[in-house]
Amino acid sequence: MTKKPRKTGLIFFPAFDWAISPTHPEREERLLYTQDQVFEEGLLDFENIIEFKPGMATVEDINRAHICVPDARSVITESHLISAGGAITAADKVLRKEVDNAFALVRPPGHHAMLVVHGARGFCNINIEAVMVEYIRKHYGIRKVAIVDTDCHHGDGTQDIYWNDPDTLCISIHQDGRTLYPGTGFQEEMGGPNALGYTINIPLPPRTSDEGFLYTLENAILPILDDFQPELIINSAGQDNHYSDPITNMRFSARGYALLNDRLSPDIAVLEGGYSIEKALPYVNMGIILAMAGLDYDSVREPDFNAESLRQSDELTRKIERDVAEIRKLWKNRYSFKKKMVGDSRYARRQKGIYYDTDGISEHQEETVRICEDCGGLVLIDSQADTGNRIYAVIIPRHACPTCRREGEEFYGKIPVQQYSHVYLQDRDKDNFQVKSR
Amino acid sequence: MILGIDVGGTHTDAVLIENLHVKRKTKVPTDEKNLLNSLLAVTTDLLKDEQLEKLERVVLSTTLSTNAIVQKKTDRVGMILISGPGLPPSLLPVQKDSVHIRGYSNHRGAEMAAIDPGEVVEASRRFREKEIQQIGVVGKFSTRNPKQEGTVRDLLEGSFQHVSMGHRLSGHLNFPRRIATTYLNESIWRRYNTFISQIQGFVRDQGINVPIYILKADGGTFDIEHSREFPVQTILSGPAASIMGILSMARCRRDAVALDIGGTTTDIALFADGVPLLEPFGVTIEGHKTLIRGLKTRSIGLGGDSRISVTDGGLQIGPVREGPAYACGGPCPTPTDAMIVLGLTGIGDASLARKAMEDVGRQMGMGIEDAARAVHEETCRIISAAVTSMIEEVNNKPVYTIHEMLEGKKLVPKTLFVVGGPAEPIAPRLAELLGIPAQIPEHAEVANAIGAALARTTAEMTLLADTEQRILTIAEDGYQESIPARFTKADAIRIGQDRLREKVKGMGAREEDLEIEVIEDMEFNMVKQFYTTGKNIRVKVQVKPGLIAGFAAGGKP
Ligand SMILES: [Zn+2]
Ligand SMILES: [Zn+2]
Repeated sequence: MTKKPRKTGLIFFPAFDWAISPTHPEREERLLYTQDQVFEEGLLDFENIIEFKPGMATVEDINRAHICVPDARSVITESHLISAGGAITAADKVLRKEVDNAFALVRPPGHHAMLVVHGARGFCNINIEAVMVEYIRKHYGIRKVAIVDTDCHHGDGTQDIYWNDPDTLCISIHQDGRTLYPGTGFQEEMGGPNALGYTINIPLPPRTSDEGFLYTLENAILPILDDFQPELIINSAGQDNHYSDPITNMRFSARGYALLNDRLSPDIAVLEGGYSIEKALPYVNMGIILAMAGLDYDSVREPDFNAESLRQSDELTRKIERDVAEIRKLWKNRYSFKKKMVGDSRYARRQKGIYYDTDGISEHQEETVRICEDCGGLVLIDSQADTGNRIYAVIIPRHACPTCRREGEEFYGKIPVQQYSHVYLQDRDKDNFQVKSR
Repeated sequence: MILGIDVGGTHTDAVLIENLHVKRKTKVPTDEKNLLNSLLAVTTDLLKDEQLEKLERVVLSTTLSTNAIVQKKTDRVGMILISGPGLPPSLLPVQKDSVHIRGYSNHRGAEMAAIDPGEVVEASRRFREKEIQQIGVVGKFSTRNPKQEGTVRDLLEGSFQHVSMGHRLSGHLNFPRRIATTYLNESIWRRYNTFISQIQGFVRDQGINVPIYILKADGGTFDIEHSREFPVQTILSGPAASIMGILSMARCRRDAVALDIGGTTTDIALFADGVPLLEPFGVTIEGHKTLIRGLKTRSIGLGGDSRISVTDGGLQIGPVREGPAYACGGPCPTPTDAMIVLGLTGIGDASLARKAMEDVGRQMGMGIEDAARAVHEETCRIISAAVTSMIEEVNNKPVYTIHEMLEGKKLVPKTLFVVGGPAEPIAPRLAELLGIPAQIPEHAEVANAIGAALARTTAEMTLLADTEQRILTIAEDGYQESIPARFTKADAIRIGQDRLREKVKGMGAREEDLEIEVIEDMEFNMVKQFYTTGKNIRVKVQVKPGLIAGFAAGGKP
C-alpha cells in the first residue's frame, strides 16, 4: 500500500498524575500502554509526525462554550485546562498550517459535558471539543464545522452545546442508547427549531463490527459531510467501540479505527473515551496515528485479533442498512420539518432532566429558543440543580440577527437577579461573557 | 597521574594530569591510516622522563567507531527481527539481510506468540550461505521481556562469529532504534575488537600496567575489556570529550551554554545545574537513529573560516569552508578576517584581512570597517540565534504529568563557555547578544583530552516490576526474577541502586565515583473490573555523566 504521507501533529498528554479515583476507569494508568506502544514503535521518529506540548486553556476559552455554575474555576482542575489546551494546540497547529492534521491524545475527556455545567458527568467536566471549536471560530474566523463523534457513548454534551447551531454539524455514531449510558442519541433527536437536521444520531446495535461501522461511514456520514461542506472536520475519537472494551458491547477493531480515520480524514482528532487500556488503546491509537499520517497501517492488529469471532450477524447488517437509509432520508428532508414542528409559535421550549453521574447531581432545565429565520436564534436557559444553585442564562448566537440580539440584551437586563444565584450573558457573537449575582 | 588521550579526526590531544593539575599537554596531527602512530607520538611525548608507576589510569577517546560508520568500513550483518504486529517491515530500518520471524511479547512483557525454531534455523542457514559472520537479534518490547531474543541467540550458538541482542544495548523503548543500534554494534564489532587488542598490546609494550578506559557518547567511561561487547557505545565520543573538558575547567554547577567554535562548525551544548543534557532518545549518526545515550549537541555550519559571500546585498556566511582565513593564506573572506580588521585578534596578515573586507564592503556598498562590523555582527547573530532556539526547544519538550507541566524546570543559562580558535575575539559580542557573561576556560586547546581524562564511569538501568505477573525485569542485564505481590517501588529503587552499583564497579568505576541517582520512579495501579490487581512500577537509575571525585568537588586542573 503506498500512500501520500501527511504531516501530523501529536499532542500527547497522558496526565500520569491525575485520576477521578484510584480504581476509576479514568485513572493514571489509562494512557500508559499507549505511551509504551507509541514509544516502542518509534512513531515520534517519523519526520512527518511531530509532537507538541499542550498549551493551557483559559477561563475565557471555557466561557465561550459553557455556562459553568457558579464559575469555570470551581468546576475544573488544572488537568481540564491542559486537556482542553491540548485540543486547542492541535487546532492552532493545523490552522497555522504547521501540520496537515493533528491528534490530541489527551485526558480527561469531555463529550458528555453540556452547555450548562453544574459538575462532572460521564467522566467529563468541560467539553474539550466545544472549547476548541469556539476558540477556532474566535481566532480563525471559521464558520462551518463538522464534529463526528465516534465514541461508543452518545456525544450528548456536544449535541447539547450545538443543538441550536446550524453551522455546527454534530454527527454521533454510538451504541444504541437503550443498551448504554447516557441512554440518548436516537434518530429523532435532530436539533433545535432553527438547526433542525444538523444534529444527526446514528445508534448502532450492540455487537456491530468493522463492517457495520465502515458501512455507516461510507453510506451516511461521508455523503452527508459532502453535502454540508464543512471548513473543518473534527473527530471526537472515543475508542470504546473496541471489542475488548470493558464497559461497552461493540466489536470494532484497531484496524477498523485506522480505516475509519483514513476515510474520514479529520483535520483534528481528539481522544474521548476508551477504557480497554491494555488490549485496545495501544493498537487503536497506533492505527489512528498511522492513518492520519498517511503511513501504512496494514500490519496494525491486536495480538488476540480474530476476525471470525468478531463477525456481525446478517440480521444486524440488514438492520444497519435500513437505519442508514432512514438517516439519509431525514438529512435530505431536513428543511421540511421546521413548519411541522413549530407552527406559528414565536418561541420553542423544551424541558430537560440532567443527571451528573460522576458527581451525583440532578439538574432540571428549561430551554427557550426564539424561532428565527435569520440566525441560530436567541437561547434562554433556566436551570436548577439539587446543589441549591438556580441560574438563568441568555445566549446570543454567533452571527445573531438584530432582533435576537436586541431581545437577548433586553432579557439579560431585566431578569430579576433575586430569583437566581447567577444570571449569565454569553454573547457568542461579540465574545462577551457577563455574570450578575445577588 | 592520569593520562587522557583524544584521538580526533584532525588532531590527537593528550594531557597528563597530576594532583588535580594539568602537568603536561600535547597535540599532534592524527594519522588516519594508523591511529596507533598518533597514540605512540603523544604517549612518548608526555611520558618521557615520567615515573610510570605513578600512573593510575589511561582514558582514551577515539573516532574509530565513528569513522568506521561514516566511511562505511563496516561488516555485513544478518538481522533476525521479532517484529510482531504494528509498523510494517517496510518502515523499519536495516532492510538488507533482515529476516522477520514469528513471535511477540507485548508492552507488559507477556509472550503473545511463540518463536518457531525452524524459522531461526532457516535464517541461520541462509546467512551462512551468504558468508555473514555477524548477527543481530532484536525483538519488539524485548526490553520488557528478553526471553525471545535469548531463545534465538541460543539457537544460533556456535554458528557465527558474534551475536548482539537488542535488549543489552539500551533499556529504552524504541524498536526501530533498537534495530539500528544492534546493527551498528555488530557491524563495527570485528574492527573495534581488533583495534582494542592492538591498543592493549601497545600499552603493554610501553610498560604500562594500569586500567584502561574508553570514553562513550554520554561523556562517561567504561573499562576497555567491557567495551568489547558494546563498541556502538563509543560512537560520537569526540564531542562528548569536548563538553566534559569544558565542564572540568569551568567548575560549573549552574545552567550554562558551551560553545566549541571551530573553523567550519560551531557545536552547542547545554548544562542544567552543571550536568550536560543528554539526547532524550539517543544520538543519530549518519542518519542512523540509535538508542545510544549521548550528550545533546547541535552543530551549525558556521565557524571562523566559513566562506563569506554577498548575494543581493545580503551576507551569506557558511556553511562551506574553502580553507583558512584570507589573512592566513586562504582563498576567500571569512569571519576571522573581520575579527582581524576590528582588532579583536592579532593572527594572520592584517593587510590581507583588510583586502578581504574591502572586497565584501564593495559588494555591500560600505567601507572596510563597516563591512567587518557587519560580518562580525551577522556571525554572532547566527550563533546566538541557534543557542536561543536550542534552549527554547529544550524548554518546550513535552511533559506527561500535571506536576511537570505546572512546575517543570526551565533552563536559564547563567554562563557562556566558549572554546575553539575564535573563542577570544567572538565571546564578548555573543555574551552581549545572549545577555549572559562569557568565560573562556584555561587549556581550552586540549579540552577533549582533559574531558576524557576526568570523566567518570557511567551507566543506567531500567527496571520494570509487574506485581500482577510477579516479575521484575531489568532490561540492560537481560535479568528477570520473581517478586512477591507486595513488592513496592521502594524495593525496586533499592534493587536498582544495588545492582547498578555492582554493574558500574564491574565496568571499572571507583567506589568514590558512585553517585547513583533515580531518574524515573513511577507506579501505576493496574485495575481489572474496578479491582486493583497489581502495580506496574517503573524505575530508572543512573550514574550521570560527570567528573571523577576530587574534580567534581571543585578541584581545578
Ligand atoms: Zn465513551
Ligand atoms: Zn435571529
